[in-house]
Amino acid sequence: MIVVKGIQSTRMTKSSKKFRVKNAMIGWSFIAIAVIMICLFYFYPMIQALILSFQSGMGANLHFIGFDNYIRLFKDPIFLTTVKNTVIYLLIQVPVMIILALFLSVLLNNKMLKLKGVFRTAIFLPCVTSLVAYSVIFKYLFAQDGIINNMLINLSLISEPIQWLTDPFWAKVTIIVAITWRWTGYNMIFFLSALQNVDESIYEAAKIDGASSLQQFFKITIPMLKPIILFTTITSTIGTLQLFDEVMNITKGGPGNATMTISQYIYNLSFKYTPDFGYAATVSYAIVILIVFFSIIQFKVAGDKNE
Amino acid sequence: MNNFKRVFSYLVLVLASIISVFPFIWMIVSSTNKSVEVTKGRLLPGSNFIENFQNLLETANLGTALWNSAKISIITTVLAMLIASLAGYGFEIYKSKAKDIVFNILLLSMMIPFAALMVPLFRMFGTVAQTFPLIGIDTLTAVILPTVTTAFLIFFFRQSTKMFSKDILEAGRIDGLTELGVFFRVYVPTMKTTYAAAAIITFMASWNNYLWPLVVLQSPEKQTIPLLISNLGSSYAPDYGMIMTAIVIATLPAALIFFIMQKHFVAGMMGSVK
Repeated sequence: MIVVKGIQSTRMTKSSKKFRVKNAMIGWSFIAIAVIMICLFYFYPMIQALILSFQSGMGANLHFIGFDNYIRLFKDPIFLTTVKNTVIYLLIQVPVMIILALFLSVLLNNKMLKLKGVFRTAIFLPCVTSLVAYSVIFKYLFAQDGIINNMLINLSLISEPIQWLTDPFWAKVTIIVAITWRWTGYNMIFFLSALQNVDESIYEAAKIDGASSLQQFFKITIPMLKPIILFTTITSTIGTLQLFDEVMNITKGGPGNATMTISQYIYNLSFKYTPDFGYAATVSYAIVILIVFFSIIQFKVAGDKNE
Repeated sequence: MNNFKRVFSYLVLVLASIISVFPFIWMIVSSTNKSVEVTKGRLLPGSNFIENFQNLLETANLGTALWNSAKISIITTVLAMLIASLAGYGFEIYKSKAKDIVFNILLLSMMIPFAALMVPLFRMFGTVAQTFPLIGIDTLTAVILPTVTTAFLIFFFRQSTKMFSKDILEAGRIDGLTELGVFFRVYVPTMKTTYAAAAIITFMASWNNYLWPLVVLQSPEKQTIPLLISNLGSSYAPDYGMIMTAIVIATLPAALIFFIMQKHFVAGMMGSVK
C-alpha cells in the first residue's frame, strides 16, 4: 500500500524512553475520538450486518435461518442482474475515465500551453455539482425529446431519437456517460498534480535519447504515475461498486431492472419493498466481497513490477 | 511542440471543456425559461427566472431545505476537521507500532460501502430513538453522526502532517505550551491550507449527501436540498424551468465555496498525493 510505505519511511529519531511512554498516552488521547467514531459507525454496523445476514423476517421480527439468505442470493435473478449491471459499469466506465483523465492531464501539463487555468477549471467544473443535481440534469438532457437527441438529429447523425432512458442498452450508456462526465476532471487533477512533481530532466534525457512522445508517455509518465493511477483506480472502483444516486435519479433502475445497481437493490429490499433487513444485509456483503476482490486484483496488477 | 500536436491539444481541450461546461450553461439558461421553451430546446436566456422561483417557493419548502442542508454541512465540517486533524496529528507525531496497526485497521473502513452500513445504521438509530428521540431516526443529528469521521480525512491530515516541520512543535513545547496547546496554537494555524482543502471536501460531500438522508429522514420539514431536488425531478409532469431554478440554487453554495477556495483545494489535493 502507498500508505504503509510512507509510514515505515519516517521513524521517530530522538526520544528518551520516559518521554516516549508519556507521549504514547497523550498520542492515544489524540486519536481516541476518531477511533471510537469509526468503530461505532463502520465496524460495529458491519458486525451487525454479518449477524443480520443469517437472519430473516419482516421488519423487526427476525429469526436465525443459517445460510438460507446466501443460498437465495445465487437463485435470485434480480440480484444476479444487479451484479452484472454493476460489473459492466465498473469494467467499462473506470478504464474509460482513467485513460481520458490521464490523456487530458498530459495535454494540460504541457509548458507551452496557453489558457491552462481556463481548461483546468472548465474540466474540473462538473465536480462541484451534487450527484442528485447532475443526475436530474442528465435525465432531462437525455430525454427522448431532450436536447441531446435534438442536436444529434439536427447534425444528421441519427434519423430518429435514441431511447436513452428506456432502452436497456442505451440506458446503461447514459449512466456511464453521466458518471464519466462527473468524475473525469476530478481524477485529472490528481494526475496533473502528480505530473508536476515529475522531474523535467527525465523527459529531457529521454528526448536526447530520441524517445517519441508516445514512448515517453508509456516508459516515463505511466511508471512515474503508477501509485496515483492505482489510487484513483481503486477509489473509482469502490465508488462505482456503490453506485446509487445516479441510477436512482436518472432511470430509477429501469427499464425493467436493466440499470439497477447492487446498492439500489439493497435500498429497495430494505425501504421500498416489504422490509427484509436480513436478506438486504446478505446482499450488502456481496458488495464488500466485490470491493475486496477488485482491490486485490488491482494491487496485483499494479504491484508486481513496482516493488 | 510541432504544429499538428499543438492544434490537436487545443482541439481536444476545447472539446473537453465544452462538454464539461455545457450542462451548466443549459441548466442556467433553462432556469430563466418557461418549461415549454426548455422542452423545445431553447438555448438563449429568457426572462422567466422570477416566475420559476416563485413557483418553486410555492411547490417546495426551499427555505427549510436550504437551512437544514446548511446546518448539517456546517456542523459536519467543523466536527470533522476537529476529529480528523487531532487523529492525523496524533498518528504522525506520537508514532508507535501499535498506533500504526490501529491506523491501518481504520483505513480498512474506506473499503466498506455505505450500502452495507445503511441497514444496520438505520436499525441502530431506530433503537436509539426509543430512549433518545433527539438523536434517533428523523433527526439532523442522525444524519451528521455517521458521516463525521472518515478514514480518508484522517489519512489526509496524517499525510500533510508528514511534511510539517517537527522543530516548530519543539519550539512550542520549550515555550511552555501543553501538548494540546502545541496542537491548537502551533499546528492548526500553520496548517491553514490543509484545513481549507479538507473543509471543502467535507462540506461538499455533506451538502450533496443523498442516500443516508434519504434513509434516515422521514418528515418533510427535515428534508435536505438533494432530497428536495430528487423529489422534484421524479415528478410526472415536470416543470423544467422551475426544477432547473432549484438546481441552480442548490449548486450555487458548493460552486461558490469551490471557486473562492480553489487554490487551497488543489494545493490540498496535491498534499494528499505526495
